[in-house]
Amino acid sequence: MLEIFVSLLILTGAIFTFIGSLGLVRLKDFYTRIHGPTKATTLGVGSLLIASMLYFSSLEEIVSLHEVLVTLFLFITAPVSAHLLTKAALHLGLQSLAKLPGYLVNTRHHEKKVK
Amino acid sequence: MYRLLPHPMLTLILAGIWLLLVNSIHIGQIVLGLLLGWMIPLLTTQFWPERVRIYKPFYLLRFVGIILIDIVQANFTVARLILGNPDRLQPAFVSVPLILKSDLAISFLANVITLTPGTVSAHLSHDRCHLLVHALHVSNTEELVNTIKSRYETPLKEIFEQC
Repeated sequence: MLEIFVSLLILTGAIFTFIGSLGLVRLKDFYTRIHGPTKATTLGVGSLLIASMLYFSSLEEIVSLHEVLVTLFLFITAPVSAHLLTKAALHLGLQSLAKLPGYLVNTRHHEKKVK
Repeated sequence: MYRLLPHPMLTLILAGIWLLLVNSIHIGQIVLGLLLGWMIPLLTTQFWPERVRIYKPFYLLRFVGIILIDIVQANFTVARLILGNPDRLQPAFVSVPLILKSDLAISFLANVITLTPGTVSAHLSHDRCHLLVHALHVSNTEELVNTIKSRYETPLKEIFEQC
């Protein structure tokens, strides 16, 4: 029973991680691509970790909780890296499907780089 | 008191993290964890310019619960958008005016925005009054701003700042 549940969780995790990576291929510009890895993977990795917690708790008969830490670090670092990547992209003026906000375009000094 | 124990909460959190790292609750590990939790804030005081205060701890717990539910929803939303037709997406940059003042609250908000439905925080304006948010698919920008403000910003303001 537990094994079925654990395998279901692992499958869900794998599917969501896959969809996250698929986003990198399917979406059109940098700013939308960044959504895939930051979000679809949180649930993906989340269910993998819950599966790991359940499995090792039942195997060793002590509650295995250090997976919580992985979740915690992931939830802290994933948004920060996404934020910095987007900020860098804005700074470089990468092409965007969405209209770039006016005040950023006006204050940028390297306007000729932007096409 | 303040000089000996600058961040009592950080001490507890670090001790908790240590116990999770070693994955045991022996007395020795608890003492070691508390010792680390006491020493690390002392050694890193200069990285903490302002004192962290949480005015409503129970609000924080409820807020974390809401966020966790939103994260799960966000995953389904984004998964559906990725699997759907990418040409029909309407990405947009939305500028969210901030009422939060403290650094911690703003960074918390930016993190939460990135973790939840189809939005990534992209840029904080120099005067710290506007947070630029990139949304994957948005039909009504005003509604998005209102959701962010009422669902995340207001609770954060109550938790981290005195009204």
